[in-house]
Amino acid sequence: MSNEDILNPKQMPHEPEKATLEGKNKFVGFWFFLGGETVLFASLFGTYLALNDSTAGGPGTEELFGLELVFVMTMLLLTSSLTSVYAMYHMKNNNFSKMMVWLGVTVALGLCFLGFEIYEFYHYIHEYEFTFRSSALGSAFYTLVGFHGGHVLFGLLWIMTLMGRNAKRGLNLYNAPKFYIASLYWHFIDVVWVFIFTVVYLMGKVG
Amino acid sequence: MEKDTNSTHNEFEKAEHKQEMQHQVISFVMMIIFTIAAFALVVSDISKYFTIPIILLLAVVQVVFQLYYFMHMKNKGHEMPALMIYGGLAVAFMTILTFTTIIWW
Repeated sequence: MSNEDILNPKQMPHEPEKATLEGKNKFVGFWFFLGGETVLFASLFGTYLALNDSTAGGPGTEELFGLELVFVMTMLLLTSSLTSVYAMYHMKNNNFSKMMVWLGVTVALGLCFLGFEIYEFYHYIHEYEFTFRSSALGSAFYTLVGFHGGHVLFGLLWIMTLMGRNAKRGLNLYNAPKFYIASLYWHFIDVVWVFIFTVVYLMGKVG
Repeated sequence: MEKDTNSTHNEFEKAEHKQEMQHQVISFVMMIIFTIAAFALVVSDISKYFTIPIILLLAVVQVVFQLYYFMHMKNKGHEMPALMIYGGLAVAFMTILTFTTIIWW
């Protein structure tokens, strides 16, 4: 059996993402990375919590935030998490075209989320003159939420690159771990967002 | 013969995937409900000493669903991911505690 046959079996094994040694290594390595990301975001959350009263005479969180927009953004990101679960479901059933469709939906939802976030920042800067430099709250807010937005952008580019590169190749044991890990990253972005909408927006609105 | 066993095996796998998918859809519905509950609590303007602990709890439960169902941590072979995530969370907790107490005191 040639290397090509091993990587392209007629049937996918039980867990295609962990069927090869490379896949297993990617899986463990990626979770190691996620542990580190948890700490990274914790430091940003800690900074935000410590400084969220330091408005330097500028607008505070209660005045700034609008819950309608945050609710729409939350629903978009939560739904995109489910659509990437659908993509992985079709990957496990070795259905490449359906996997690509659901990944496409995930990317579309993620782009909508990013568009709303850009609008949100634009709105704060132009309506309230609330910028990165206006107060300690501003710095902490834009660093935390902007870092998350950066992760969304990176995740979108990652998934789109994978889709483009493998469009004609179909699914095999070489790229299955790549798709799986990109979807884990996407879920982790949603995990971080759950804490952002709770700690930053909802707690900011409660006062 | 070999082909036959393969196809039964395949059927079994597909059924298994389908069941996992159902669990994931249920957890998605739960997550949506938790989110709406958290927003509703904040909008309804109840005392913040009640609202804040509840919305934090809702967030934690929602994240547990996300990690265990969407990210498959409930499946076999996830000891390493659990070690990494809980290790990360322990450091995260200490970090937040340190940052907030340094500024408050």
